[in-house]
Amino acid sequence: MTSRLLAQKIVIIGLGLVLLATSGASFYHSRRLKEPVVLGPGVTAVKQLADYFEPLRGTANNCNVYLLEGRERGATMLVLGGSHPEEPAGRLVAWILAENAVVQKGRLIVILSANRSASTVTRLGGAYPPDFSIVTRWGSQTFRMGDRWTNPLDQWPDPEVYFHYPSRQQLAFVDIRNVNRAWPGRPNGTLTEQTAYGFMELIKREQVDLVIDLHEAELQYPVISTIVTHQRGQDMATIVSMTLTDNEGFKIGTEFSPRTLHGLSHREIGDHSPALSLLFEAPEPFLDATRGITTREQLLTGKDEFVVKAGKHGLLFEKIDEKGWPIDVRVGRHASALLQVAETWGEDHPDKLLVITQVPRYKDVIEKGVGSYLRDPAKAAGRVIYE
Amino acid sequence: MPVVTLFYYALVAFVSVILAVNLLKSRKWERDVLYVIVLLPFLLRLLRLK
Repeated sequence: MTSRLLAQKIVIIGLGLVLLATSGASFYHSRRLKEPVVLGPGVTAVKQLADYFEPLRGTANNCNVYLLEGRERGATMLVLGGSHPEEPAGRLVAWILAENAVVQKGRLIVILSANRSASTVTRLGGAYPPDFSIVTRWGSQTFRMGDRWTNPLDQWPDPEVYFHYPSRQQLAFVDIRNVNRAWPGRPNGTLTEQTAYGFMELIKREQVDLVIDLHEAELQYPVISTIVTHQRGQDMATIVSMTLTDNEGFKIGTEFSPRTLHGLSHREIGDHSPALSLLFEAPEPFLDATRGITTREQLLTGKDEFVVKAGKHGLLFEKIDEKGWPIDVRVGRHASALLQVAETWGEDHPDKLLVITQVPRYKDVIEKGVGSYLRDPAKAAGRVIYE
Repeated sequence: MPVVTLFYYALVAFVSVILAVNLLKSRKWERDVLYVIVLLPFLLRLLRLK
């Protein structure tokens, strides 16, 4: 090898190592970004998912379980945020609950990172930002961006076809890492299946009455701005939908969970436990395939001229204009829908109420912003834990 | 870690070694650049960074 050739290789390999180090450092820090949670006045205990299913201990999906016990006995509601972490409204509503909610009657169990592994990676080839920040009165709080699927570092490789357990229904191969295609899970399955199984154990052991799975959807997807419900929750979801549409100033529909579509929370939780299972969808233009540049601003404002153009061509299932779909609107919709479910449940079960206070509704979140309901970890010594 | 995942990492390591050998053998700078670019994602996965 000539000295010129050697010098050439040293320079090129050196540049490669610089690229490896800089990108590697970025991925490393993104995966380990600490998200503070200030335990609110209503949090009475914090457990881990492994307390319900031991094999999850030491894995990326051993998420925190926040318990908010009311002063009086009543119904138990489980709120799942972060089943799909790239749908941030769900996680932010769960954050608001953990940091603000006070339960008067019944019990609230809140999950901020249902698929914690998926919150440590962004979509491969998707050019997603690694994180996003919410402006607060005390500064800003940064959250991991996350993805729809379990991090390939925690579960890999994917099969050619994903056979859902126990139905044996064939689903898209990549959905073997989608926790909302893994319900009810299995104890000896993949990490994603074990995660769903852990939640099923929690639901059974804590005798959960209601499960709410918080999501967002692209505007090109027909299941949007809606409550998807198991057949046992149809009456309640319909009343919630009508009440919200009449009283809160936003439209939300009701969809019935298809009986033969398996793996989703609104189907399997209802089929495999006594709990009623509902799933909320809010509009998130960030997820639309026709979006423009995928930025933090686009994620939070929900503004995108290309999605608007798609709407003008009749390609969308939800309206959008230049005002977009701001994160405050999306979070507010979920917050009001969740509170309305608790109220409607109480009308049907006066002997088993669920009364949640100190949680903002739709108009409150729009007026004050999501950041107003995030607490300053610097002023909460001893009451901060991390997701 | 499941056995299939161990096989996967062994495969990634094998391909990485082949790419590195080809990188050392190549005599054109364009090919050097190509090998380095192709090698990067394999190393990031081997190091469990991405």
